[in-house]
Amino acid sequence: MTLRVTNTAKTYPDGTKALLPTELSVAKGEIVSLLGPSGCGKTTLLRIIAGLETPDAGSEIWFGNDNVTSLPVERRKVGMVFQSYALFPNMSVRANVGYGLKMQKLPKDEIESRVTEVLELCQLQEFSGRAIDALSGGQRQRVALARAIAPRPRMLLLDEPLSALDAALREALRDELAMLLREFHITAIFVTHDQDEAMAIADRVAVMSHGHVVQSGTPEELYRNPNSPFVAGFVGNAMRLEGKVAGSTLHLDGGELALPRDGTGHNVFVRAEDVQINTEGPLNGKVESVTFFGTHYRVGISGIMTDVLTSTYAGQSAPKVGERVEVSIKPEALMLLPEGAEV
Amino acid sequence: MFKSKTKLLQLIVTLSACAFLLIPTIMSVMAGLTANYFKGISSGLTLKWVFQVWELYADSIFLSLWLAIACLIVTLIIGLPAAYGLARHPGWLSRLLEEFISLPLAVPGLAIALALLQLYGSMKGFRASWAFILVGHVLYTLPFMVRSILAVLAAIDLKTLEEGAASLGASPWQRFRDIVVPNAMPGILAGALTVVTLSIGEFNITWMLHTPYLKTLPVGLADSYASMRLEVASAYTLVFFILIVPLLMAMQWASARAQRITK
Repeated sequence: MTLRVTNTAKTYPDGTKALLPTELSVAKGEIVSLLGPSGCGKTTLLRIIAGLETPDAGSEIWFGNDNVTSLPVERRKVGMVFQSYALFPNMSVRANVGYGLKMQKLPKDEIESRVTEVLELCQLQEFSGRAIDALSGGQRQRVALARAIAPRPRMLLLDEPLSALDAALREALRDELAMLLREFHITAIFVTHDQDEAMAIADRVAVMSHGHVVQSGTPEELYRNPNSPFVAGFVGNAMRLEGKVAGSTLHLDGGELALPRDGTGHNVFVRAEDVQINTEGPLNGKVESVTFFGTHYRVGISGIMTDVLTSTYAGQSAPKVGERVEVSIKPEALMLLPEGAEV
Repeated sequence: MFKSKTKLLQLIVTLSACAFLLIPTIMSVMAGLTANYFKGISSGLTLKWVFQVWELYADSIFLSLWLAIACLIVTLIIGLPAAYGLARHPGWLSRLLEEFISLPLAVPGLAIALALLQLYGSMKGFRASWAFILVGHVLYTLPFMVRSILAVLAAIDLKTLEEGAASLGASPWQRFRDIVVPNAMPGILAGALTVVTLSIGEFNITWMLHTPYLKTLPVGLADSYASMRLEVASAYTLVFFILIVPLLMAMQWASARAQRITK
């Protein structure tokens, strides 16, 4: 089922604009992530799509050919995975997963067989009789997913499904979740503030800031062609090179850089992995800090611009703090974004 | 075992406190079972007085039980939705309402009874019926029911649980039945036992509201103290104990259970 959200906004009674008029379409079977810092309106948008929040007048939400704007959540046939999972503590795992089917008034034996099928799909068979408080965080997350998917919803909505887990588990479950979502062949929207999570799971990412979608595209597009400093910074932590643009040259404190094209009226951004420490380069700076990350070093270099320029260094032995280094950046790695674009 | 003097002192204080509390109880129980209290135990033990109490006051016992059950039903019907409403809409207005419901805890029972008499005393049929006493009992016990349920509901993330159920297709009534009530059960149980125990033991309001034909268990107790021989009054106390002590113990157990959840 395709989802179409048009002109949808949310203003709270006290005048706070949680969501500015927003357009969003999600194709059948597509997995879309709403990515943004807290307070950017991503959860509000998800809750409006679910029917848990009433949008302002003029908003429209279409599920395929049905206008569901005025339908309450219980009649929208969406599956929802909550941040806290919201599993029913008064029911077993099996009863939790079967609850949506019970609400559809399906015959008992059909409920049984469908619950069994979903439990198997999510590898929960052995926990089916357990109480909710006897499960680990990762198991709870899978039960929440199984419960949401069991009634065969038109769409799956996930609100920060991994943020309640500890860091080590989160990464493992992220890949598992991505795999399961693809197995379900279901239209899915999931909200996250973690760019790695969004890139790993989603086909398409919509980056949100201050109540509206700033840019929407595949993870690669967002990473390589951000349309604003905000997206460049939020997806892949791009840094602004503070210098003077003159034609297709950028003048920095530590030297000059060639730009890929005429950069008049633009700001220049670069990512740490594109800043290369070489024996020879157009830029010259001093090593300020070195942090070891196992697979690479992160080297902070001062003297090139006012702020410290960060470089990812993959070599065996990193330069020492205090050493002077030469730095080069390939012109094609530089991102030119118009000045005055939204922060 | 008693190596130090402090230990010994502790034991003496404990034992004398126990004696202070227990000896009158034992004396009262014995009085109810002795053939002639003034002659002492030597006159022999008997259940005669207990049977006499039953003959004289069986109506009071049944009225009290009936009132307690009716009071439980009414406080459940009012208290459960009230606690649910208060839990779902927290805010200064809810807190104010909660305090308002709790007011009968601070106002003396006599004052509540007087207010009821002033307001409804002229309605003859109502004034003379058991429903009039029931109203007093409900006013007095409702805060215990509401607060007990509210404490449990406040400890769980009710809003999200309900949203979860709604997303699975549950209507508001189904959510209340399948999610709210089962999860509030420890609070409901603790509240219910408190209400029944308080209703059976309530004296102040009931004494003001009762008519000669409607004596509850504690009112009958006062009556027997005032007008019967000591053995009958003591046997009555014994009957009262037998009814109220198991309830009290069940109440303690249920409250402890509910408190584990709210932690």
